[in-house]
Amino acid sequence: MNTIVTILYYLLTAYVAVLLVWNFLKRKSWQEEALYVIVLIPFLLRLLRLK
Amino acid sequence: MIRKTAIAALGAALAIAAGLSFYRSRHLAEPVVPGPGVSRVVTLGDYFAPVKGTVNDAHVYVLEGKVSGGTVLLLGGTHPEEPAGRLTAWIFAENAILDRGRILVVLSANRSASRVTRLGGAYPPDFTIPTAWGGQKFRMGDRWSDPLDQWPDPEVYLHYPTRQELAYVDIRNLNRTFPGRPNGTLTERTCYAITELIRREKVDIAIDLHEAELQYPVISTIVAHEKGADLAAAASMFISSLEGFAIGVENSPKALRGLSHREIGDATDAISLLLEAPEPFLDATRGRTDRKLLLTGQDEFVVRAGKRGLLFEKIDEKGWPIDVRVGRHTSTILQILEIWSGDHPERAVAVSGVPRYTEVIEKGTGAFLRDPKTVPPGKLYYE
Repeated sequence: MNTIVTILYYLLTAYVAVLLVWNFLKRKSWQEEALYVIVLIPFLLRLLRLK
Repeated sequence: MIRKTAIAALGAALAIAAGLSFYRSRHLAEPVVPGPGVSRVVTLGDYFAPVKGTVNDAHVYVLEGKVSGGTVLLLGGTHPEEPAGRLTAWIFAENAILDRGRILVVLSANRSASRVTRLGGAYPPDFTIPTAWGGQKFRMGDRWSDPLDQWPDPEVYLHYPTRQELAYVDIRNLNRTFPGRPNGTLTERTCYAITELIRREKVDIAIDLHEAELQYPVISTIVAHEKGADLAAAASMFISSLEGFAIGVENSPKALRGLSHREIGDATDAISLLLEAPEPFLDATRGRTDRKLLLTGQDEFVVRAGKRGLLFEKIDEKGWPIDVRVGRHTSTILQILEIWSGDHPERAVAVSGVPRYTEVIEKGTGAFLRDPKTVPPGKLYYE
């Protein structure tokens, strides 16, 4: 059961990371672009199993 | 487009810098030079196969005397963010000579927890103990197993086998999951392996080495299972009169489950004791959480808390240096062994080569860490 939940968790993390990248590409102001990049970092670190 | 690329590159640089720091901390190899007393090195997986090959398949350094006697287990790294416990165990593994009996030493009881730091706690990734040969670097560690190794946490954690409800996060706390569950989580299986080690090696005394924040009432003390109450009381008296510091005794509460001092004593024939030394680094009122605070134990905000009567241990500008904390542990263990051996000559454990409180303070902890460059690589172990 834990394995299934873990896989779902990583899929969810990847989905949110893709959404963040998508939103970053669509933004027009540099403040919002910077915000999306900063928010993206912990999702990437988790997907790469670094933190 | 140029702006987007620049911002993305800046984000990538931040992610790489953070990722490298976390990776290096997680994979920092800590060398161990087995001392003259070490006859063999096994792992927890030798006592419980499902732990074999996992991150928590910790080394067990077996120190044996030529004359048979009793067996003592030293557990360092149950909570790796309490470094005096690991360093004390290190000193025994690298220096102790057994004249009689055996000492089993675990330096990283929860190795997973030693490879992560407190989430959001701004802990340093590592710290260095100065030595004559340049210094030895150790991982900082945390109280709980790394979520990368054990995930997800349950909504409600029911301790096994008592079903007492504990904090959900404590399912990753080695000192809330004893005696362990063979088909449980990584942390529960690690506890089960330690319990199996104690049973199979017929351990007489299991000593779990810890540190505590000064705002925590269980501090500067020996927490003793009722089987070890007399031993702990005698050790406390001898230490207070002979060793140059005071240490108290606390009874292991029967109503709080999962702790080593309760569960090891209940589940095995061993006497279970837990030692606590003061560590201001852990106090909630601390200032900057850095390597200096970890090693000196000096913090003006914790001192202020003490002046307002909020602490359970004294503190002044001198703080609680790591050498004082390690020395408390070495002397307490030596006193326990001496009293035990006097009362149980057929199960005696006689040890030499380990510094006491005053010697650790005088020479520093680093004086008792051995230079890994002086031994061939094949003789080294890594935590």
